[in-house]
Amino acid sequence: MIVAGRSFRSRLIVGTGKYASFSLMKACHEATGTEMVTVAVRRVNLSDRSKESLLDYIDRERFMILPNTAACYTADDAVRTARLGREAGLSDWVKLEVIGDEKTLFPDTEALVAATKTLVAEGFVVLPYTNDDVVVAKKLEAAGAAAVMPLGAPIGSGLGIQNPGNLELIREAISIPMIVDAGVGTASDATVAMELGADGVLMNTAIAEARDPVKMAEAMKLAVESGRLAFEAGRMPRRRYASASSPLEGVVGARR
Amino acid sequence: MRLNGEPRELPPGTSVQSLLEELGCDPNRVAVEWNRRILRRTEFRNALVSEGDELEVVTFVGGG
Repeated sequence: MIVAGRSFRSRLIVGTGKYASFSLMKACHEATGTEMVTVAVRRVNLSDRSKESLLDYIDRERFMILPNTAACYTADDAVRTARLGREAGLSDWVKLEVIGDEKTLFPDTEALVAATKTLVAEGFVVLPYTNDDVVVAKKLEAAGAAAVMPLGAPIGSGLGIQNPGNLELIREAISIPMIVDAGVGTASDATVAMELGADGVLMNTAIAEARDPVKMAEAMKLAVESGRLAFEAGRMPRRRYASASSPLEGVVGARR
Repeated sequence: MRLNGEPRELPPGTSVQSLLEELGCDPNRVAVEWNRRILRRTEFRNALVSEGDELEVVTFVGGG
């Protein structure tokens, strides 16, 4: 997977939230084979300085850190957070989120496009979390986004790929990478995303909230690999009716 | 002054660097916004906090 000129062997990007412990998170990251993990940017906890640091559990030689602008509801807040994230992480990459609705966490696409333009002009490599609207995807590409990250279903819902048709349309319409971000619940969801032509998948809850997160992490690694192979192999056509796999001649007992 | 949204008393002329040290923050793992301006790490020692300043000190935490 190549994003903004940088090559990744893994097509899976993984979050760092919701894990029962940092060491479990670390084991999951290793099991996925990922090379990029997302983090949130938040105020330092001044009252509890004894807390372990997330960064102690992320080997930056192996995993690139992608700061997000989660919980930002305006373009201004997202831009401000992105700038802080850049300073903290010393990297220009940002997963841009501008949320439009508290219940669904769907993006405010108008503000998202505006924030993308602002950040691209400041030299950021912008990966916007967006919806499955082709028109918005094209606007984000035109705004200079390095990739487009349409949701499969609401963040943390585990509902899978709710609108594969739209994601296929996005894939056809844009030339930058398409990374399905949000809504994946289990391995087959990730495979479906890859089969329809996604360049990568980003997930967090699907792994962190599995009963056995490390096992699910491994499942996701295989799911993304298998989905990509299937996509590259070129699937058979769908048919309305049956098409026999065994020959129709020489059937025992047949009479003309 | 306000630090991460909370009022705080500081001796006048405290540098951002000393404030971070007092808070037990590793300067290499945080970003600082001083009156809405991002402060570069190289500026921490010379940036002196005064009355009415608003500081945001952020770091990376788990997220999706």
